[in-house]
Amino acid sequence: MRRLFYLLPLVGFLALVAVFKWGLNHDPRLLPSMLIDRPVPEMSLAPLPGRPAESGLSTADLKGRVSLVNIYGSWCIACVQEHPYLMELKKAGITIHGIDWRDDPVEGAKWLKKHGDPYDRVGADPAPGRAAIDFGVTGAPETFVVDRNGVIRYKHIGPITPEVWKTVLGPIVQELSK
Amino acid sequence: MKRVLFALGLGMLSLPALAADPSEMLKDPALETRAENLGKELRCLVCQSESIEDSNADLAKDLRIVVREQIQSGKSDAEVKKFVVDRYGDYVLLRPPFKPTTLVLWLGPFAFFGLGLVAVWAFYRRRGASQNPAAPAPLTEAEKRRLDALLKEEK
Repeated sequence: MRRLFYLLPLVGFLALVAVFKWGLNHDPRLLPSMLIDRPVPEMSLAPLPGRPAESGLSTADLKGRVSLVNIYGSWCIACVQEHPYLMELKKAGITIHGIDWRDDPVEGAKWLKKHGDPYDRVGADPAPGRAAIDFGVTGAPETFVVDRNGVIRYKHIGPITPEVWKTVLGPIVQELSK
Repeated sequence: MKRVLFALGLGMLSLPALAADPSEMLKDPALETRAENLGKELRCLVCQSESIEDSNADLAKDLRIVVREQIQSGKSDAEVKKFVVDRYGDYVLLRPPFKPTTLVLWLGPFAFFGLGLVAVWAFYRRRGASQNPAAPAPLTEAEKRRLDALLKEEK
């Protein structure tokens, strides 16, 4: 019994190693969203300049079919990385809406002209980004999966890569579309 | 030299400047103070060890503005806090609330302190028992005389 007592420091050390190992794989920026299973927040975002008057994004637009709501901005570097894959998803028939966050809407529109426009609707949410705050957004890009009833079902932080789509977002969208 | 020291001393007196730029501040100083105190309890979601008052991240600035708008529109501190927590979770509170899921966080340190006390108590009790079995028997007359003699010799 006494001898086991001397093993305690070793046990403590191993416990610490386990905690550190967990910490290595745990990104503190990936916060669980508060909005999962809650309806999309009330919003009525203006369209980007130079685009049709009814192309803005409001809460009612997110009802009726499963869609993705993608937070982007012309200033956002990771969004450029994600963009080609969004174009592919659009081609594959996925409905994606955009929120041009903390951006000059003119720049947001220019950016879409330059990189291509994967969005059905785009709403402008210039600083202080009230809609984004209602969504609990912490950075761009971020993508919300919204079901037919306009309820948020999942939030992905960071760019959507083919890997993320195949393993995480794709299956969720498929399940919700059934 | 004295002057240099004086200047350095003055530097130590200065307080860290808040990130809020004057254009964000509310005109009513009482409301502004409330907003600042509230902001100091809200974590910046971008640079996570800073409060939104201390951070100059864009999102922190947005939250400062929104907090001030809400305070100006007459909301109580609790209502404003609830607004932010509803969107970002308890995580934004730099002082986490006391509730079942945070029991370990709040009581853990005291539990460990208690364990430490128990360990120290056990250690001393055991040592006391082994090193100090009983008070030594009083000296006999002969021993006392010998001791006195020895002490005298020393002098």
